[in-house]
Parts: sequence; structure tokens; C-alpha cells
Amino acid sequence: MSEAHARTAGSQSAGSKSAAAIDRAKAAGRKALIAYLPAGFPDKQASIDAALAVARNGADIIEIGIPYSDPVMDGAVIQAATTQALANGFRVADVFDIVAAVTAETDAAVLVMTYWNPVLRMGVDEFSRRLAEAGGAGLITPDLIPDEAAEWFAASDKYGLDRVFLVAPSSSPERVAMTVATTRGFVYAVSIMGVTGARAAVANTAQAVVAAAHAAGAERVCVGLGVSRPEHVREIAAYADGVIVGTALVAALRDGGVPAVGALAKELSTGFVPAAATPSSTTGASRQ
Amino acid sequence: MEDPATAFLAGGHGPDAGVPAHSLRHAPGPYFGSYGGRWMPESLIAALDELEDTFEKAKADPEFLAEVAELNKNYSGRPSLLTEAKRFSEHAGGARIFLKREDLNHTGSHKINNVLGQALLARRMGKTRIIAETGAGQHGVASATAAALLGMECVVYMGAEDCRRQSLNVARMQLLGATVVPVTNGSQTLKDAINDALRDWVANVGNTHYLLGTAAGAHPFPAMVRFFHEVIGEEARGQILDQIGRLPDAVCACIGGGSNAIGIFHGFLDDPSVKIYGFEAGGDGVETGRHAATITLGLPGVLHGARSYLMQDDDGQTVESHSISAGLDYPGVGPEHSYLHDVGRVTYEPITDAEAMDAFKLLSQTEGIIPAIESSHALAGAIKVGRRLTESVATPSDIVIIVNLSGRGDKDVETAAEWFGMLDENGHVKGTMLSTRSAKGATPAGSVDERTADENAEDATHE
Ligand SMILES: Cc1ncc(COP(=O)(O)O)c(C=O)c1O
Repeated sequence: MSEAHARTAGSQSAGSKSAAAIDRAKAAGRKALIAYLPAGFPDKQASIDAALAVARNGADIIEIGIPYSDPVMDGAVIQAATTQALANGFRVADVFDIVAAVTAETDAAVLVMTYWNPVLRMGVDEFSRRLAEAGGAGLITPDLIPDEAAEWFAASDKYGLDRVFLVAPSSSPERVAMTVATTRGFVYAVSIMGVTGARAAVANTAQAVVAAAHAAGAERVCVGLGVSRPEHVREIAAYADGVIVGTALVAALRDGGVPAVGALAKELSTGFVPAAATPSSTTGASRQ
Repeated sequence: MEDPATAFLAGGHGPDAGVPAHSLRHAPGPYFGSYGGRWMPESLIAALDELEDTFEKAKADPEFLAEVAELNKNYSGRPSLLTEAKRFSEHAGGARIFLKREDLNHTGSHKINNVLGQALLARRMGKTRIIAETGAGQHGVASATAAALLGMECVVYMGAEDCRRQSLNVARMQLLGATVVPVTNGSQTLKDAINDALRDWVANVGNTHYLLGTAAGAHPFPAMVRFFHEVIGEEARGQILDQIGRLPDAVCACIGGGSNAIGIFHGFLDDPSVKIYGFEAGGDGVETGRHAATITLGLPGVLHGARSYLMQDDDGQTVESHSISAGLDYPGVGPEHSYLHDVGRVTYEPITDAEAMDAFKLLSQTEGIIPAIESSHALAGAIKVGRRLTESVATPSDIVIIVNLSGRGDKDVETAAEWFGMLDENGHVKGTMLSTRSAKGATPAGSVDERTADENAEDATHE
């Protein structure tokens, strides 16, 4: 399977909305801030408002997560949020409305993060068509590895969507190479062996994962899992192309609503300012 | 390459040709037709690769096979008996019913076969900790047992609802030294226990083996779990040939994730004269929506690492299953069963709670064997199959059916007592609260209820 798709190597950036967003951040002298929020949490409109708030406060890429009944890669905070969204009646097709609403209002790239079965159920082609139509950049697929992704390769090529696969501290060099070759947009470097959830410190495994992906030819590698504070952002920005924050934003949204999630995005983006500079000159401000 | 199933069903074999040209028995995975595979987070792929590699080497290693055989014989008590159920047979149209007695294995079910094999593999991989999910508690008990035997740490994830239904097994696991973690997410049953076990595995994969309890999940689990249960079918085939000199007409098993079933089916998949039946949990009836009849009513999807039939809604969200039997209360099924269904080699049918409980009582009172409620689904199915197959024959006793009696019913006594109305309003078995004596020689009038709730210093003040 990896050979069959080796031809896609090097096409990581061609027409990619998320690659373009990362490159814009780079051109502005910083790294990309990537914000995860669950669709439909606390309700559909508030999830749109929250996504807009993070986009206006420094996020270059928004990941909209589809609530799913069996989220094996998620920790307690995101599980609770997505369970609530499902209990409130979230339907998978709502995600297209949310993506469309966010892309209409900001120039942030909007990816959808989803476990695979909801996509499979709708039909990979149909899901991809509707996502592209809504202005979505592509998919992040926590439980779909390139080995099983033949249908997704075809659909993402057809509709020009990014396919963000994950690499982990446990990934062998062969698997890193295969994943890098099949990814479009950026490679998602899992910082730690574990599930989503805020952690006090960024795992020391993260840098090696990023280095392995870069060495395998990845042009853009972003780090996620456990990132919650500006210090983490600063630390990761030193070696990666983007920083992914999820649980901390979801907790802020849960506890303080849309204003709180916007404020946290702003605070996180101060991590891109060199430690010596004044924290108030946030780079995300230009987006407003 | 020709699909082996198609070739097999088209007759690419002969009854006396020895090994059929196209065997269905040893499908190696990762795919069974379009089912199976690895729909898993990348973080776990290295562990699955390591497990696959270790398993493939062990399978070909006489020393490992001898180790498994030794434990099967001298620890589990294999071979398990094949017992003819003569009085029970009268209720199955007169067909002769034989029971493959996995209930007699150490720990009380077939689960031990797989657990010992995987625990030995875990040791080979240098892992010191095993984690497991459990529904009925049988797999958790078996895992805790193997961990005790091999000196490993054991953590068992169990849905909070299942902890309630199978509280005796929670205590058994704890007595064996395992930690039981009640899972309160989602439906609080088996699927959610698997989710939490997977989360644990991702975080602790360095020293931990996930000892999955059924023939489902990502490759190599389905093929590997089958391998360790193949002994059931191999023994049963030899035993029936010994006892009656020919193969049975039908083989029946219950289907949760499908491990006991694939184990016994394996022995007969290449015998075209043997009809094979898998019985799913029909719960309140498949028409009520409250059931666990995954193959009967599900659609292909991915869950817990494999593509297979799945109970799901229009959005691909997993639908909660329902069954009186905790061990069958799972909205997925092992991928090899999906394949065997699609190619038509095995017939899958639902059995309701009520049908299963009738069979539970019937076996208890005709044979003196209390079956697990899971296995009672296979018994109820065998009654139906027996009646069907004997309809058109002159001598009903010419029809021979083997039922995999996957486990014993000790763990189910409370559920059965409740089902059959044997409990009073306080949940006590009727007629057991009449004693006027007190356990501690205290107030004769005190109800047992109050006494157990308050069995401490305060008691003394009443005296
Ligand atoms: C006695 C017994 N039979 C059957 C099952 C169902 O599992 P499987 O379909 O994997 O055999 C269980 C599961 O707990 C069980 O305890």
C-alpha cells in the first residue's frame, strides 16, 4: 500500500489549505496555532462562535471534531464535551454547516477531526464532497492509518482535501516514511503515548517525533496532545511548524464560554513571541 | 486468486479428498474478505506489529506449543468432555444433542484457552502488566487467573452496569489479585470497557499487553484469539468421531464477539456436510430495537480496530446493545464471522432473552448442568435447529448436533433467580430469610438487611 501511494510524496503542499495557513504564519515570523474544538459543543451555534473567537485571536487552523460514540483517543474532558454534544442531538451533517459558517467569516483553514466510522457510514466520497463544498480543508483521522485509507486517498485527491495522518513516538522509521509520503497538509506529531488531555509539561518524546518526520521529508509537522500553556507553545515552536491545542480550549469553553476560549487562544499565541519581546504584541491580532 | 470461500462452496473439495483444496479453517488475517484490518490509532500499530511477530514465531515454535498444551491439560483440565444430553434432546425434536463442555474448564468457561495463550505471549514480549475488558466477567476472571499464575499485574475494565449484573465475578477478580476498574462512560457495558482498555494501552504500551477477550479487534487479534480456541473444535471433532463414528449434522454456538464460536466452528468449517449456526443475542426481540443481533441487523462499519458488522445509526454512531447476557451484550462482532456470514458458510440467527432463559432452565432440569446465559443462547438455537432438521427424517435420532457449552452458569444465578421470580421484594431468595437465629447471636428480631448494612460497633448498642 505504501508503494502505491509513494507517488503522492512531495505533493504535501499542492493546493493544501492547511499548508497555506502554516506558510502564512511562517511568513509572519512565527509558527501556526491550531485549535481543536468539538462540533456542537456546548451547542451548534456556540461551537461556531467559539471557532470564530479562536480564529480571531490567533488560531491559523481550526480543527472541528465530530462527536463520536467511541472516542478511544480522547481523554475525559473531550469525551465529556462530545458526549454532551451527542446528547444535545448533534448530527454528523451539522459539521458541514459549522465548517461553512467558520470559513465564511475567517481565513483560518478549517479541518475536520473525525473517527472513521461516521465518514464510512455517510460514504467516503459523499462526505468528502460535502466537506469540500463547505470550504473545509480536509480531515484529521485519529483511527485511520494510511494502510487502510485507499478510499480516502481517492476521495481526498478528487476533492482536493488535506489528509492529515498521525505519527507517534512508537512509529517505526518505515511507518514514519510511509505516513509522511501519504500525508497532505501537515503531519500530526503525537507528543506522547497517550490520549488527549492537558498535561503539566510537554513530553520529551515530542521533539524526536518531529525530527523523525522532518527527516523523512515532511515539510510541515505540528505537535499535539498535552499542550495547554503559552510556555508549551514556545517550547514546541522552537522545533515544529505548528502547535495543536485541544483539551485546554475545550475546558475554557466549558467553564467560561466563548469569551474565555477566545482569551485563551490569545494567551497561547503569546507563546510565539520571543520570550524577550512584550507579551502584549500578539501576532494573531492582524486577523481581526 | 480465487476466493477460497467461493471455491469451497462451489465444491472445490471432496469428502474423502483429505484436506480440501480451499480451506476456510486457517484464514490468517489481517483480512477476512473485506473485513478485519487495522482501524487503529498509529500509536498502537507498533504494539500490534510486535504482537503479530511474536505470535507468528510462537505458533511455529514447538516449545511454545508444548507450553500451551501443558497448561491446557494440567491447569485448565483439557480436553473438555463431550457429553450427550439425552433428556434435553427430547425437546429438540429428538435430535441427539452433544455438549462440548467448556463449562468444565478451570474458571468456568472457554475464555481460559485464549487467556493462557496470550499471557504466555505477553511474557515472551517481556510485558509485566496485562489489561483486559470484560462483560460477563468470565474473561476478566480468566485474565486475573492467568496473571496470578504467571506473576503479572492485572487491571480489568468492566462496564459499571456489568459490575452490577456480575458482582460475584468482580469479587472473584479482586480475590485473584486484579484491580477492577468500573467504566461509567457511554452504555457502561463491554464496548465502553474496551474503549477504556484501549486508552490505557496507548498510555502504557511499553510494559502492558492488552489481553483482548474475543475474536474481534485489530489484526492480529481475530486470527490469534481463534488460534488459541481452535482446540475446542479439534477436540470436539475427534470426540464425536470416537463416540458415534461420524461427523455431526450441525454445530451450534453463541456469538458475543465470537471467540467460543470460531473456536468450535474451526473444527468443522471444511466439512461441507456439517451445518454451522451462530446464535446472537436477540434481547427483547430484534423488532424492539433492544438486542445485540449484530450480524442479523447491523451494517458493515469499523469499531475497535476491525471492519465488521456493527450496530450503528445513520450517522455511524454505535448503537447500544441489549441482552440479558452480559457476555453477548456487544454491538460488534469478530470480522471472520462477518465473512463467514457473507459467504454463507455459517447461518447466524437471533435468540431472545426469553428463549435463552427457557433453555437455561431446561438444561438445568433435564441434565443437571447449569449453563451460562451466553451458552443458553446456543442451547435455545440447538432446540430450533433440532426441530427443523428432524422434521424431514424418519428417525430423529439420526440427526446429531454439537452445542458449544461455552460456560457454566454459577455467575448467572442471581440474574436467573430474578428472571424466574425467585426473589422477594428485598432481592433475597424467597424463603431464605426465615431463620430466627442471628449470625452473631444478637437481636433475633433484627432483619438481615439492617444487620449487614450496619455490621459494626453500633450493633452492640442495640444489644
Ligand atoms: C460463557 C461465555 N460464553 C460466551 C461468551 C461470549 O463471548 P464470545 O462470543 O467471544 O465467545 C462469553 C463472554 O463473556 C462467556 O462468558
